[in-house]
Amino acid sequence: MVEFILNNERINSNKPTGSLLLDFVRHDKALTGTKIGCREGDCGACTVLIGELIDDQMKYQQVTSCLTPISNVHGKHVVTVEGLNMEDLSPVQKYMVDEAGTQCGFCTVGFVVSLTGFCLANSAPTYEGAIAAINGNICRCTGYKSIERAAKHVTNSLANKDTNETVNWLAEHKFIPAYFDDIRSLLEEIEPAHIIQGTGELVGGGTDVYVQKPDELIVKNVGTIASDPGLRFIEIENGTCILGGGTTVSDLLESEALRQLFPRLSEHIILVSSSLIRNISTLAGNFVNASPIGDFSAFFLALNAKITLTENKQSRSILLKDFYKGYKDLDKSDGEIITSISFEVPTNDSHFNLEKVSKRTHLDIASVNTAIQISVVDNAIASAHISAGGIGPIPTYLRTTGEFLEGKEISTENIKVANEILQLEISPISDVRGTADYKRLLLRQLFFAHFIKLFPDQITLESLQ
Amino acid sequence: MKNIDSKGHVTGKSIYLDDIPTIQGTLFGVIFDSPVAHGHIESIDYSKALALPGIQTILTSKEIPGENQIGGIFPDEELFAEEDVHFQGQPIALILAESEHIAFQARKLIEIKITEKEAIVDPREARKKNQLIFPPRTFSLGNTDSAWSQCAHIFEGQADTNGQEHLYIEMQGAYASPLENGNIRVSSSTQGPTAVQRTIAKVLGMGMHKIEVDVVRLGGGFGGKEDQATPWAVMAALGAHVLKKPVKVVLHRMDDMRMTGKRHPYSSDYKIGLHEDLKILAYEVIFHQNAGAAADLSPAVMERTLFHSTNSYFVPNVKATAYSCKTNLPPNTAFRGFGGPQGMFVIEAALVHAANELGISAHELQKKNLLQDGDEFPYGQIAADVGLTQIWSDMEAKFDIKGAEKRVSDFNSKNSDKKKGFSLQPIAFGISFTKTPMNQARALVHIYSDGSVGVSTGAVEMGQGVNTKMLQIAADMFSIDPSKVRLESTNTTRVANTSPTAASATADLNGKALQNACYALLTRLKKSAADHFGSAASDIQFKDEQVINSGKATDMTWNQLIDQAFLERVCLTENGHYATPIINFDKEKEKGHPFAYHVYGLALTEVTVDCIRGTYEFDSVKIVHDFGESMNLPVDIGQIEGGLVQGIGWMTMEELDYDKKGKLRSNSLSTYKIPDIYSVPKEVLIEALETEGAEQAILKSKAVGEPPLMYGLGAYFAIQNAVRAFNPDAQQTFDAPFTHEKVLMGLYQI
Repeated sequence: MVEFILNNERINSNKPTGSLLLDFVRHDKALTGTKIGCREGDCGACTVLIGELIDDQMKYQQVTSCLTPISNVHGKHVVTVEGLNMEDLSPVQKYMVDEAGTQCGFCTVGFVVSLTGFCLANSAPTYEGAIAAINGNICRCTGYKSIERAAKHVTNSLANKDTNETVNWLAEHKFIPAYFDDIRSLLEEIEPAHIIQGTGELVGGGTDVYVQKPDELIVKNVGTIASDPGLRFIEIENGTCILGGGTTVSDLLESEALRQLFPRLSEHIILVSSSLIRNISTLAGNFVNASPIGDFSAFFLALNAKITLTENKQSRSILLKDFYKGYKDLDKSDGEIITSISFEVPTNDSHFNLEKVSKRTHLDIASVNTAIQISVVDNAIASAHISAGGIGPIPTYLRTTGEFLEGKEISTENIKVANEILQLEISPISDVRGTADYKRLLLRQLFFAHFIKLFPDQITLESLQ
Repeated sequence: MKNIDSKGHVTGKSIYLDDIPTIQGTLFGVIFDSPVAHGHIESIDYSKALALPGIQTILTSKEIPGENQIGGIFPDEELFAEEDVHFQGQPIALILAESEHIAFQARKLIEIKITEKEAIVDPREARKKNQLIFPPRTFSLGNTDSAWSQCAHIFEGQADTNGQEHLYIEMQGAYASPLENGNIRVSSSTQGPTAVQRTIAKVLGMGMHKIEVDVVRLGGGFGGKEDQATPWAVMAALGAHVLKKPVKVVLHRMDDMRMTGKRHPYSSDYKIGLHEDLKILAYEVIFHQNAGAAADLSPAVMERTLFHSTNSYFVPNVKATAYSCKTNLPPNTAFRGFGGPQGMFVIEAALVHAANELGISAHELQKKNLLQDGDEFPYGQIAADVGLTQIWSDMEAKFDIKGAEKRVSDFNSKNSDKKKGFSLQPIAFGISFTKTPMNQARALVHIYSDGSVGVSTGAVEMGQGVNTKMLQIAADMFSIDPSKVRLESTNTTRVANTSPTAASATADLNGKALQNACYALLTRLKKSAADHFGSAASDIQFKDEQVINSGKATDMTWNQLIDQAFLERVCLTENGHYATPIINFDKEKEKGHPFAYHVYGLALTEVTVDCIRGTYEFDSVKIVHDFGESMNLPVDIGQIEGGLVQGIGWMTMEELDYDKKGKLRSNSLSTYKIPDIYSVPKEVLIEALETEGAEQAILKSKAVGEPPLMYGLGAYFAIQNAVRAFNPDAQQTFDAPFTHEKVLMGLYQI
């Protein structure tokens, strides 16, 4: 039994826990404002808000309902556009109308819901934040300029928002209906079900498995790990950072501790998918999916991270670089789940960078990605961990290249030689994301980019040519 | 006036096809399609699929009572493949089940044996093998053969553009219900309700009068639902006809992308000759249109390529030839611009080629050759009211072309990791269906006895705001509050024999038909009022729902007048008809006056290329556009911004990818990328050309649907400009889209 609040209605559903939230709201509840655009999380027409009570505060996030099993909304507040409608238009709706931010209208509801999610964030509003909130919503009609104008007005209208009492303030100012004030107490009445013990397989955020095999999953009682607080944490202890396997990408971005460890974190993360997906996709999922171009595989390979795999309370830890054995072949039994990821906290001598290029810079799968963690003492490289994706059957740890660089100076010549070694470590193939020749050239350039970005006084593009 | 649908859109209350409440007993259809691009069907075993609980039946060509034929221009396309398949995704059967999920499960259980045949995907290969949809056509002016000897400079080359997926966010679909006496009502997400009606009637072997097609609105069309909304509607109607149950067919995204045709890819050869003074003396071009496996709208698309082969330039000697090449891709179809952009790209490439070779700026050449009043197009029409010279000087005055050029060159001399590029893109786009008989429309207006008004036209609302414009016309002409007017769905029983909503001409054609209807009603109402006041009909006017007699307000309201007219048995319904005057075209001579008018404009595009990574961002696009006298500026600006970005998408990241066997590799939103909010130009500025507008445009407000897409061509040439600033040795290729891959390869090409 899955229990949640849908708009202002309490839901008890006996449907398979793997059935999709999108189908539930459209078919079972006839709430047709939420649209079907792609069923793979790439358009945002199906966007809904999911609110949960965290640390005594309601936290709302916009997600794609096409990839969300109903098990993942147990004990939460699901909001569709129908649950946002009031007698008059909300400011979000009004500005979208005023600025002609809607043409055919099919994607519009997704934008309205995402922008309302932006309003509901318990943080100070910025225009960049408003755009980030809708960066997973695709519109084919407007060219987005009118939507940008609407987003500007929405941001300005939130200038006096009380971020400690976001829901109250928004309800009072008619951004959301008054019933939002009562949701908290309604949610407290629902028994938590941290891990819904399904009979089918285990699902994290669902953002990959529901693209791969939705037909199989929607009829199953899948188990869920998405609500387990034991799997969703970020801790730093004794020089080691430990992250729960269920930590979402958005959790990373919101972590003050991680932002301090990686000053460029937001720059990196904005290259990874969209807000809609980042709000639900998990780190463990990114690893287990075993895509050769998983962005966080590249990220954590360069941190030389370890993962902990658990089955029936038995745990073991291995290096992430040893986890990938071949194309979609993992050192993992069927019953094991990745419960945590850990890496040594970077020292002051250490520098980190992530590079990614895809057909479309944002909300796209990489043609090639690469990360580096390099520590430099007295201009000599003490250690170098380099990873790359899209250039072989697995997310690749570039061992030989890293070993070559160790002990060397940061110099144009050494980087050029390192690239020659790197080229021997990779075996890209031509596919829809680019030709093999392109991927080789691109990795060379992104490898150079690491040094140009991290050591701008020593390394320039001109010197490397 | 704001788009009248916008409140419904932002509240999620607008109804699209898939939102129509499900009728009890509805069956859901999923299409079984060809797994290969070309082959002979040896056998199909449906038994396992049919044994699945919840499956109702599987319909094939055998169940078709009429003709198994859906070709619009030529009868060359089967609804369901019988013996041979000609493209991957070609429908073979319709699986009908109690749920979509069951139908999908059943599809996996169908076993098909096909002997694969060689697939052709390249239009040049098709031409070599003489696989043409229809014979080639040539437009010519002057004599190129004798002109070459007078040319100081001659350049030849190849210019290719890839196709483009429409990617309307609402997928294709239809919902058919059986009515009494064997009639069928179909809701369809189509730009062409009449085409749907006509084709269903043909396939079911019955009269068009038995088929009612209704369209409320589309979640985007862009040409993709002009002809290609038809098959699914026919299948749904066939299911309803055979099973006497409601049938709904809504495609899933990957089925939609695989089964439907797209913008035509073109591969073209050009030869351009310039006089010493840089005037273009001669231009020859051969277009190879990749039509796909059946004609669909390819003949009309190819014709428009020829019409726009010289874009906004005057060329005294032209020879433009086009081949419609038959390949094993899904039949390619209408897409905003309709072949025009493909033709324009080639002459732009030729000019850039010439400018680079001569070491001058492309915009010098462009400006020197702009079309002037009185110039003859290669198809015989004489250019009139050409705004291009004024537009160019407006651009110089408002957006400082020289300043942009200097800004770019200063930036480039100071930066080695990044380079800027810029381009100018003029457009001249002809408005009218090039097939003259299609330039007609009708509108049905009811004034109800309480003074409210219902308007039906043949226009389909797909986001372009045509219903808003129609409502404006009716409310303005009657001088009543817009809330008193309702725009009805587009329905073949109210407005028959319609042209599709296409060619940018829908507001013109239907708006003028609506004006005619309103005018006839006003004439009768004025007579009624004049009789009441004992004055002449010419003394009567209506203003803000009041009757004005000889310039003075009366105590009679609009509502009272309507009440009176009804009691006097005045007809309060009118069917207005409009047919565009002047236009004609003689296909034998390939000469005539096919367009009611042209739309002109100019875009200045600036881009910054990241020379480390081969990526790019558009800094700005500045546009001077000929709106005529816009009747709804917010709606029209929306068309410009949206069309521009769609054009930029086509020129940059949208990479349609068929493999050598004709299998679509870019078959989902994760592999086919359209612009997101971060990839649009940071700044888009639009200035209106001051003009009186064209008489044949509705309220002198010129058509605006397609022309702005072609501003996007400038994106290609701006990127190329930046790449060459980094690597002057980069080979000059004209092969759109300019993907990140092509940029990086160009930057580092030796």
